[in-house]
Amino acid sequence: MTTHDPGCDKCEELLQGYLDRDLDPAEVVVAEGHLDGCDYCRRRYRFEEKLRRYIRLSASERMPAGLMAKLAELRDRAPGAL
Amino acid sequence: MSDAEAAEARRIAGEARDRVRFEEEALELADQVYRVARRLVGTREEAEELVQETYARAFRSWRSYTHGTNMRAWLLRILTNLNLDRGRKIQRTPDLQPLEEGDYYLANKVAAAEGEQALEQDQVVERLSQGGVVDALADVPHDFRDVVVLVDIGDFSYADAAQILDIPIGTVMSRLHRGRRILKQKLAEESLT
Repeated sequence: MTTHDPGCDKCEELLQGYLDRDLDPAEVVVAEGHLDGCDYCRRRYRFEEKLRRYIRLSASERMPAGLMAKLAELRDRAPGAL
Repeated sequence: MSDAEAAEARRIAGEARDRVRFEEEALELADQVYRVARRLVGTREEAEELVQETYARAFRSWRSYTHGTNMRAWLLRILTNLNLDRGRKIQRTPDLQPLEEGDYYLANKVAAAEGEQALEQDQVVERLSQGGVVDALADVPHDFRDVVVLVDIGDFSYADAAQILDIPIGTVMSRLHRGRRILKQKLAEESLT
């Protein structure tokens, strides 16, 4: 499969909407119809799924220890606090 | 106690319960709020300050939260407004945008460097180091990054992101799509060169 198949270009355009489940049904048919027969695009869709998971995982940083206590203190100091 | 006094006592008790429920729910969300805040600003210290300011304001204005609505989005709306108020550096979008690459750009770079079969491997993305992801995200211009962080890290819907940032949903989608492409370009530059 070449990179210059117009079907691949269209499939590339649909990638984000497809993974976001935001395509209309006709576009889903186009994307899945092409993916069925195209290893090149299928690999790239899978890569994108893995990438998204990895981005979420590696960019997500836990709250530092101690912040919760500071927030609880803010609650207790708020006007009208019980 | 007169009927009026009894009704007033019940009202006060009810309000106190609502307030405690609000505070508990808000504090339970602190870690999730921090995770988003951390990627919206440059340093851990700034993120901590921003979250504290957000909670200080939330505890003062808890009455403006409508019970049963999305509290995480409500808190993030306060947070993103405060972040703007803090006068985050206005980043003018350059008039001349760099040529925008397509969505396969990073995958194509990986395939060119490691071979087409590398894309099939589960660990292929892990070779883009964790620091690479954080740095690349920090390099995405603010307007685009805010949306990518809310949707892809905060797991907010397009509609929630639109409400939080007070922009139309169509703008959320176009910034999200462009932001993700820019992110992939940055990852390709930072991880594969």
